Amino acid sequence: MTDLAADILIVGAGGAGMYAALSAARAGAERVLLVDKSLVGRGGATVMAQMTVAAALAEECPDAWQAHFDDTLASGRGLCDESLAALLCREAPSRIREMGAWGTDWARRENGRIAQVTAPGHSRPRCCYVDFLNTGPAVAATLRRQVSRVGAIRRVSNLTITDLVTADGEMVGAVALDGESGEAVTIAAKAVIIAAGGLTRIFQRNSASANMGGDGYALALAAGAELVDMEFVQFFPIGHLAPRLVGMDPIMWDPFRYKLGGRLLDQAGREFLPDYGSDETSGYTTPRDIATFAITKEIAAGRGSPHGGVYLSFTHILKSALEAAFGPVIDRLAKNGIDLTRMPVEVAPIAHYHMGGIAVDVGMASSVPGLYAAGEAAGGANGANRLSGNAIPEALVFGEVAGRSAAAFAAARVVNDWPLHLAADAAECIRALGEGRAGDRSAVSALDELRELMWRDAGPFRDATGLARALDRISRLKCALPDIATAPGRRANPMLADWFELRASLTAAEAVVHAALARQESRGAHQRTDFLETDAAWSRNQRIAMSADGVIAVA
Amino acid sequence: MPQNTARLRIRRGTAGEAPQYQEFAVPFEDGASVLDALLWIRSRSDPSLAVRYSCINANVCKECTIAIDGVVDYACTTRLVADRVMTLEPLSGKVQLRDLVSETRPPRERLR
Repeated sequence: MTDLAADILIVGAGGAGMYAALSAARAGAERVLLVDKSLVGRGGATVMAQMTVAAALAEECPDAWQAHFDDTLASGRGLCDESLAALLCREAPSRIREMGAWGTDWARRENGRIAQVTAPGHSRPRCCYVDFLNTGPAVAATLRRQVSRVGAIRRVSNLTITDLVTADGEMVGAVALDGESGEAVTIAAKAVIIAAGGLTRIFQRNSASANMGGDGYALALAAGAELVDMEFVQFFPIGHLAPRLVGMDPIMWDPFRYKLGGRLLDQAGREFLPDYGSDETSGYTTPRDIATFAITKEIAAGRGSPHGGVYLSFTHILKSALEAAFGPVIDRLAKNGIDLTRMPVEVAPIAHYHMGGIAVDVGMASSVPGLYAAGEAAGGANGANRLSGNAIPEALVFGEVAGRSAAAFAAARVVNDWPLHLAADAAECIRALGEGRAGDRSAVSALDELRELMWRDAGPFRDATGLARALDRISRLKCALPDIATAPGRRANPMLADWFELRASLTAAEAVVHAALARQESRGAHQRTDFLETDAAWSRNQRIAMSADGVIAVA
Repeated sequence: MPQNTARLRIRRGTAGEAPQYQEFAVPFEDGASVLDALLWIRSRSDPSLAVRYSCINANVCKECTIAIDGVVDYACTTRLVADRVMTLEPLSGKVQLRDLVSETRPPRERLR
């Protein structure tokens, strides 16, 4: 068993984790350990961002962070944590300009100013980007380069944090599975920052990378922290459905909508958004929650496309305009047999982002001393529906604050006494799995079942019957955990990490379903077919906690 | 409904073991990728198959690089072919960890 020690352990190395590492080192932390299940700076959600980054840069027209804040609150349907939303909007411009100074090549107008487009829900052009569909890779590359230059940051890839360890209610470290050796690693840490992203992988249709299974939420909950707004999962309305595309993220049509508009059509070729009170004559203006509602309704009414979505059409746009806006992407589409001048594509809602997360204060501190969160893992800033473009600034801004807060906490902590016995159970669990276990069920197949049931019963439309059925099936899967089969052998055995992913995803799913069942109204991304209206009495946030004996419930 | 069947001959085992190949027949719809087939095998046939991937469909993480019929390529962007054997191997010149997973982590991101 390998033992590591750090001032600050950062779980997850996407945008929030990498920025938190830079910030912690800048604040004086000498031993920052940045770990990722996948590869540092390549897994997670940041690298997958297609286009928009919202910040009140005022490059295109007058703007102020307060206007961005107002739009964020309106989008959040009354549930944003205003102090977190204010932090996000106030600090976003500095972080975005800093990324530019570090080499992120923001798209610019001919006059040299950073280009900003109007995304749905924004009162003015505010979203900058890197062409073409390259925002996430460019931001991730910039941060990877910065992180690699800082000697205080140690990076470890393919390390899965399986358990956090507390002593007397405070963070003291973690236990991890080393993907290469298949063995347990213990990590003593004075502070821990969870930057492990969201949970969209627990839904059958998702735009998630492999490591978005809700691990961060499960770790925090088990360590005694509370989760907030867990019922609010953003279903991105126009995820690609057909024809089959390879090498392109399913949310890729959003940039096309920003630049070119586009029309959403039912099977008869009729525009249906006006039926839902959304007029797009002035461009792409329909917020994500309303578009998802409209599309799901059309499909349910039998007016959908052959693969179970609706049509998105750009056939009214000139070929020259398409090529000017998306150059090389048009060639990639051609390789997939898609000619937008001749044919519409099929799109449908897809789980894309989680508004909920670990409950934190403006210092990104959870209720557990020494435990912090940043990025999508932290809940509250986005309320019931995230405003387009807020995810990347959230990662950077919250990462900066979390790194600074954790560094201050760690510096003030006198001892770093690692009570190894507290890690014994978690380490033994890893060892036992590697021995191999006979069984007729694999974690991968159980995860498939979880994704199917979450999509059907806790997806864009929910009701009490479906949510109760989901809870029942989740609890059966939890009972099956000790009997899940693993092949013997430790070295790079994928079934070990699969088991931990299943355990974490079940916890995250249960938190979502409990919160969704309790909220008896429809609001933003949470739509109940048995409670169709928004209820002013529900203008409050729900928290989820885990009891000492592991019971998950609304706090 | 799946119309085609892909035949994938996959190198199995860990470093130091004699090379073994196992063939899988995978049903697929037109346009599906090699990574789609590998995930299908893990779900429906053999969950112990080791394959490295992260972003699944966006071709941004670049983690699913393997040798496909001897040519280095991404599993997520290479299309399946019906009724012809396709041979999948880990990258040559890298240490094989298990099956299609080789040691591709930058040296400074390793534990030891």
